[in-house]
Amino acid sequence: MNTKVTIAGVEFKNPVMTASGTFGSGMEYGEFVDLNRLGAVVTKGVANVPWPGNPTPRVAETYGGMLNAIGLQNPGIDVFIERDIPFLKQYDTKIIVNVCGKSVEDYCEVVEKLGDQPVDMLEINVSCPNVKEGAIAFGQKADALFNITKEIKKYAKQPVIMKLSPNVTDITEMAKAAEAAGADALSLINTITGMKIDVHRRKFAIANKTGGLSGPAIKPVAVRMVYQVANAVQIPIIGMGGIANAEDALEFILAGATAVSIGAMNFVNPYTTVETVDGIESYMKRYGIEDINTLIGAVK
Amino acid sequence: MAQKKKLTAKVISQANIAPDIYDMWIETELALGAKAGQFICIYTKERSTLLPRPISICEVNAERTALRVVYRVVGAGTNEFSSYTAGTSVEILGTLGNGFPIEAGQDKSVVLFGGGIGIPPMLQTAKEIEGDVHAFLGYRDNQLFLAEEFKQYATLHIATEDGSVGTKGNVLDALKESGIKPDVIMACGPMPMLRAIKKCAEELDIPAYISLEEHMACGVGACLGCVCKTKEKDHHSHVHNARICTDGPVFEAKEVEI
Repeated sequence: MNTKVTIAGVEFKNPVMTASGTFGSGMEYGEFVDLNRLGAVVTKGVANVPWPGNPTPRVAETYGGMLNAIGLQNPGIDVFIERDIPFLKQYDTKIIVNVCGKSVEDYCEVVEKLGDQPVDMLEINVSCPNVKEGAIAFGQKADALFNITKEIKKYAKQPVIMKLSPNVTDITEMAKAAEAAGADALSLINTITGMKIDVHRRKFAIANKTGGLSGPAIKPVAVRMVYQVANAVQIPIIGMGGIANAEDALEFILAGATAVSIGAMNFVNPYTTVETVDGIESYMKRYGIEDINTLIGAVK
Repeated sequence: MAQKKKLTAKVISQANIAPDIYDMWIETELALGAKAGQFICIYTKERSTLLPRPISICEVNAERTALRVVYRVVGAGTNEFSSYTAGTSVEILGTLGNGFPIEAGQDKSVVLFGGGIGIPPMLQTAKEIEGDVHAFLGYRDNQLFLAEEFKQYATLHIATEDGSVGTKGNVLDALKESGIKPDVIMACGPMPMLRAIKKCAEELDIPAYISLEEHMACGVGACLGCVCKTKEKDHHSHVHNARICTDGPVFEAKEVEI
C-alpha cells in the first residue's frame, strides 16, 4: 500500500500535514503526537522581524467552528532559524515554512534567509485576513498575486506554495495567476472572514472586530474551492478547511488535493493528525486501494 | 512535568452549590500530577461547540485519583457540563498551565485573594501552603460558595459587594480592615481586582502571583490566542506576549502589564 505523495519533487510519506498557525512549529503538539508520523509540519507564519500580533480577545467560538485574529504574531525569522528549524530537524517529517510579510521586500527577505536552511518547501501566506498591511492585500487581486509570486520565485531556493484566500469572487482566477507566475503548488483555503457580536456585552467577540472563520463549518466551501481549482490548474494542491478525520481528508483528496492540512481541529482533538493518517490507511485497506495517488481528483 | 493528555474521565458527583455555580468531581489519572493553580480543558459532547473550556482545578483528592472543578454556568458549554451526573463520561485535557508557586509561601505570611469564580483555585492553594495563610474571598452577596471549606486551611476573611457578609466592598478593603501585613500574595479573580492587587503588591514591595484568564483555543501553547503583555521579552514569543495557557496562567504581577 502506498501512501506517499509528491509535490514539486518533494516526497511526503503520507498526505497529512498541519495547517499553518494551528500547530506552532510542532513543539506543543509533539507532546501529544509523534511528529515522525506526519507527512509534513507546516509552521506558523514567520516574518522578517518579530510581529506582536493583535490585541486580545483573539479567538471566539462559533457554531461548528471558530474565529481567530491572532495577527500573525511571530518571533521573526532569525529566532525561527535558530530555534524552530533545528527542533523540527530532529524528526523524520518534511518541513514547510509559512512566510508572511507586509511588503514584497519583507517576503523576499525571509525567503532568501531560508534559502540555505534545511527546509523542504515554502508556503507563502498572501491570505491572512487579520493584518492590516500585506498578507491578504496580495491575495485578493490576481495581478498583485502574480507579481508577488514572480518576485518570490526569483529568491526562493525551495519549491513555493502560494496559500490562497477564499475571500475572493473567483478563486480559480487567483489560482491561475499564481500558476502563471511560477508557483509550484497551491494551498487552500485560508480562513473565511467573519464576525461575531456578543449581544450581552454589545461588543465584538474579538478585538480585531473581524476574524478568520475555520473549523468544520467551512469544510463544504473548502472542498468546493479545491475541486474548482483542481480543474483550473495543473499544479498540485494542498487542501484544508475544517478537516476533522480521515473521511474529511479523503473528501479533499477526491476533490483534487494531493495533500491535506489539519488546522482548527488540532485544538479540538490534539491527536487529529495521526488519527487521520491511520484512518486513511484503514480506508485504503477497506476498499483495496493500493496507491493513494489513484484517489487524487478521482471524483469528477 | 507530567505529560499532557486528552482522555475520557468519569464524573463522580455534581452539585449546584450557589446560583449558576456547580461543583463537579471527576475521576481521572490527571489528578496524580495536578498542581494548585493549574487547569484542565473540558470538551462538550455537543459537536457544534468545539473548543475546550479551560476550568481551574479547585481541589485534588487525598488519594490523587480525582479532580474537583467549581465553575459558573456562563454559556452553552458550561450549561452542558452542569447537566452531568455521577457516571457521565467527560473528555478532558490536562493538566495545563504552571500553577501557583507553593514554595514561595512556605513558612511565610501568605494572603490568598479569590474573587467570584476566581475563588475555586485558591482552595487547593490554601491546602498546599504550609504557612500563616489568610484567605480573603470576595463575593457579590451572601452566596458564599466554598467559603466554609477554606477554614480548614486558612484564616477566612469575607468581603461582599452588597455588604451582606463581612467587609462591604472588595477583598483589598477587607485586607486593609484586617491590618494583616503579608509577605506574599496569591490571587485569582476578575481583572479589576487583579489590577488593584498588582498595585497593592507594588506599594508593599512584596511578590504577588496572579492567575490570569483569556479566551483560548488550544490550551497547549500553539494557537497564540491567549496572550498577555509582559514586561520582559519571553523566551517563546520574543514580542512581550506570554501565553497564559502555557507560560501562565500564574504570573508574578510585576512581570505582566494588565
